[in-house]
Order: sequence, then C-alpha cells, then structure tokens
Amino acid sequence: MGAMIVKEFLELRRDRRTLAMLVLLPIMLLIVFGYAARFDVNSIPTLAAGPRATTVAATLKSPFTVKAVVPSDGPSQIKAAIRNGTYDVAVYATRAGTRFYINGADLFVAQTAAASLGRVSTPLASLKKFLGTLPPAVRPRLPAAPTVDVLYNPGLKTAVVMVPAIAGIILVFIGTLIASLGVVRERQAGTLAQLAVMPLSPWDVLVGKIAPYFLVATVDMGIVLGLGMWLFAVPMRGSWAGLIVGSLLFLFVTLSIGVLISSVSQNQGQAMQLSMMTTLPQVLLSGFIFPVASMAPGVRWISNILPLTYFAEISRGIMLQGTPVDHLLRPFLSLAGLGTITVTLAILRFHALLHPVRSRRRPARAGTS
Amino acid sequence: MMWALRDVSVYFGPRAALQGVNLEVKSGSIVAVVGGDGAGKSTLLGLLAGTVGTSSGHLERPPLARLGYLPTSSGVYLDLSVAENLAFVARAHRLARTRTLERTHALLERAGLAGFENRLAGELSGGMRQKLGLIRVLLPEPDLLVLDEPTTGIDPVSRRALWAIVARAAADGAAVVVSTSYLDEAERAAHILVLDRGRPLAEGTREDILRRTPGILTAANAPPVGETGVRFWRRGTRWRIWWPHGVAAADGAGELVVPDLQDAVTIAALQHEAEEVSL
Repeated sequence: MGAMIVKEFLELRRDRRTLAMLVLLPIMLLIVFGYAARFDVNSIPTLAAGPRATTVAATLKSPFTVKAVVPSDGPSQIKAAIRNGTYDVAVYATRAGTRFYINGADLFVAQTAAASLGRVSTPLASLKKFLGTLPPAVRPRLPAAPTVDVLYNPGLKTAVVMVPAIAGIILVFIGTLIASLGVVRERQAGTLAQLAVMPLSPWDVLVGKIAPYFLVATVDMGIVLGLGMWLFAVPMRGSWAGLIVGSLLFLFVTLSIGVLISSVSQNQGQAMQLSMMTTLPQVLLSGFIFPVASMAPGVRWISNILPLTYFAEISRGIMLQGTPVDHLLRPFLSLAGLGTITVTLAILRFHALLHPVRSRRRPARAGTS
Repeated sequence: MMWALRDVSVYFGPRAALQGVNLEVKSGSIVAVVGGDGAGKSTLLGLLAGTVGTSSGHLERPPLARLGYLPTSSGVYLDLSVAENLAFVARAHRLARTRTLERTHALLERAGLAGFENRLAGELSGGMRQKLGLIRVLLPEPDLLVLDEPTTGIDPVSRRALWAIVARAAADGAAVVVSTSYLDEAERAAHILVLDRGRPLAEGTREDILRRTPGILTAANAPPVGETGVRFWRRGTRWRIWWPHGVAAADGAGELVVPDLQDAVTIAALQHEAEEVSL
C-alpha cells in the first residue's frame, strides 16, 4: 500500500497543472461564490408613471430605485417597458389609486418587490378592516391601498422561471463536458499526430469535433424545453424563431468552450477540472440562482462573460415575457461575441497543435526515439 | 521525385536532438533510419512529417496531402471499424469514391484484413492494428511515406507482412523512410542512415557501411584478458572483439569475422565514443 501511495504522490507532483487546480480551484470558488451568494435584492429599477408619478416617486423607498418618472405614460407603455426588460417594477399613480406592476419573470426581484409592498398594503388593509367596524362619523379617511399586478408569472411559481434557464444549465454541463474530452481523447489515443499530417485545417477539425455534439445537444435542448413546457406549464409568449436562434447560438458557444478546454488539456482529468471551472460559475453567477444585481461588484462582472447569463435572458424574455427579439439584441450580440472569441481561441490552439512547425521555429515539444 | 534533409539541426532548448543531418530519398526507394534509444530517429521522421520544426538547415518534402505518416502508435481509431477508419482517411483526403473502393479492397487484401472490415480496430490484434495503420496511411497513395518504427512490438510473421506492404508501396513509386531498431530490417533498405545521439554515425548502402568499417573483427568464446585498446561485446553465445586501426590482433584472439550490419553499427558507435573521449 505504501508503494502505491508514494507512486500516486509522485504522479500528482509531476502533473503540476492538475495539482495547481486542486489547490487553487477551491480557494477561487470560495472567494467568488462567497461574494456572489446573496439572495437579498437591494435595488430594483423602477418606473413611476401616471398623473401622480412625481408624488409617488418621492415616497418610494428602498429597494425601489426610481430610474424614470414619466407622468404621461399609461398602463400599456408601462407593460411594454417591463416586457422589454427596461424596468422590473413600474408604478402607475392616479388620483383613484396606485397600481404596481411587477415583472414576475425575475423571481427574486418580484418576490422582494411583492414582499416590500406587502409590508405596506397588508397592515393598511388590516387597519381598514378594523376601522370599518367603527361608526362612519368617527371613521378617519385612509389612502387607498396600492394594488399589485404581477406580470408573466402571477403565482410567482419557481418552475416557470427556472425551466428556461435549467435547459441552459443542463446543456452547459453535457455540452462542455463531452466536448472537452474530444481532443484529449485524440491526444491520449495517439491519433492527434495522424490528424496533424492530414490535409485538414484547424477549422475542419473544430467543426468536425463540434458538429455531432451540436446535433445531439440541439435535440436535447428541444426535449428539455418541450418537457418543461408540458410538465411545468411554462408559457411560450414570444418568437419561436428567436428562441431557436438564441438556443443554437448558446449551444455553439458552449461546445466551443468545451473544445477549447480540450485543446489546452493534457489529459482527461485536466479537461474535467477545467470544465468544472467553467460550468460552476455559470450555475452560480449567471443570475440563475443568485440575482446578479445582489452580487458584490468585484464578482458581478463575471456574469457578463458567461454564456448562460445571456441565454437565460433570452429564454426567459422570449418564453415568459414575450419580449421582441429587437429588445434582446444585447444578449444575442453578447452570445455571438463570446462565440467568436472562443472559436478564434480554439482555432489558434488547434493550429498550434496540428501545425507546430508553422507555429514556432524551435519546437518546445521533444520528439525522441 | 526526391525528398531531402540538408544539413538539418533541431534543438529542443539547449539540447541538440539532431545535428548536421543529410538525407535523400527518391521515389521508389526505401531509406532506413537506424539508431538506439534517444538517437533522434523520431525527431528526424517528425521533420519529414512536419510535426517537428527545423532549427537550421533545409528541408524538401511534399505537401501534407501527398504525405503519409505512421507514428509509433498505429494511429487508428479504436472505436471505429476497419472500414470506417479507411473511410475517414478517404473523406479527409477527398478521394474519388470509385478509386477509394478499388484501393481499399486491394489494401485490405494485401494486409490480410479482408473479411475484417466490420471489426472494431480496438478488437484487432496488435499486428493487425499496425497493418491497418499502415494501409490507412497508404490509402491516398502518398509520394512520401514516413514510418516510425512500424514493426516494434510486432510478431515476426506480422513484421514480414508489414514489410511486404512497405516494399509494395515503394515498388508502386512511393519514397519510403522507415525507422527501425532491427538491423535485419534495415538491410532491406536501399540506403541506411545510422544515428547516434542526434548525429549521423554512418550512412550509405549496406555495402558502403560494411566496407567503411575500420579495424579488424574477431569472434571468440571468451572476452580478451589484458588487452588494451580493444573493445568487445557479447553476441549470441560468443564474443565479438574489435581491434581498431593501429591495434594488432593478439594471438588466440579468435577467428577473423566479416562484419555484418549489426557489427558495423556497433563498431561505428564504439569508434564515435572513442573519438569523443579523446576530444
């Protein structure tokens, strides 16, 4: 047994990349997730509209952050602003009363907003009920309690909000992990040297590696979304074409990341660790579990480089809110940008792997006999 | 057509893997690269295949599409069948369908793999897998065939079959460069290059190398005792004793032997070693 332990230690010591990841990964994850793991929402972008918008805007306190006051806007403009993702909460104030509109597709924000409004309306309703028992002559006049209208997910059901993002998470795990083993397998089987002397360009190899997984993952995506809609009554309010394009773009980025990981890994262990390093942050930092707005600014930027952040925005926007595609250009373009970056890096990496001679004059890898 | 390395050196950091190596290989001929472990055989073949870069010198080799390279592993996909492995190469090289079918059939027959088309490469024996690797490389009819120790670890029968395929490829017009640790195999080549620690030790035809072997070689039942300047080694059940130029063979030093290629290579290595020591 001693011999076995010593041998394993020696092998681990030689595999410095794995060793570094084993030591650094938990530290990095602890720091990043420690600062990211916050459910509380401190600031909700709010629109104040209606004839009494200015008065009501002045009385709104945290977590509502009034970003705009537009007295001329009516309920239809308010709903459009929420649907397009500009605001999460809007208040429509008239002399007859105040109505809050909450975006139920953003669960944490919606729950926080509903809870904050409940703190006002519930005691007010109780007080009104009590005062109702008094004779009218002595009954004081109280302001009307605000009404709350939760859009897109009136019951604030978790499944409705989660399913579109869960489809993305499942594919992040499957896609990245499977694709990340592709080139490593070639390297370990000794077939990479053969590929290097075949008339194949790095692009040929990259597309060849991705294509089968892309097809399978597309079918997977369809099944997961279809089942999700059927089992959890997730609505489809927007454009199918937009959802399909967004899904394919997301799959392409996910698989490209997997192939890129594969091209920089020396063995399957390294590939799996690197996959873990890219999938875990997507689960925890994309806004799927913890609201992005609540994360510490030092880690919040990470969500901007995660494909799942944008896919969740697209899938929730289209499916739950019916957001038109032209209002989702930012996530679409971000996914396209991430895809371009990962594919470029993967191609450069493949070029170095397949054509070491053209990449550097003095090769670093020794071929010995 | 002729492919060549001219005064080529390769450095991995400060270490010279190859120094001042020249090699020419013509269409239809076989060149054997011989040497022990760390001699630089794989580096030299990697240069020709394009997987290793030169640090200095000049290289003439065909484009990738006209090159066949079999690395030390068979390079076949174990989870693909024999036919699928060949089809992959045909597609990658965009070979015409009719020609592919003809050539696949002929190569499978030649390699004794006809009837095994649907068997997974991972389920083939080591020798059969190596033959599959070889015919995979031959499928696109390369102008230059680079084979890195294709017979290492293969049983004698499979070795013979492999060499028959290589010889046929050369006869069909391919220029072949093959590295090997087996000197009996090297004797089949038209030209032999012997490497030692990255430097050419001897080269030429078999006859050239034998003719240039310096000194006298004897065979005896026991190693010499008290002789200075001689070098000896065991071969089979007997001892070979090499008497370099200027060292007279002692009485009773055994009978005179005409060196074969194995003796010649050993003597060249010993002489090189002696020169390095004297320097």
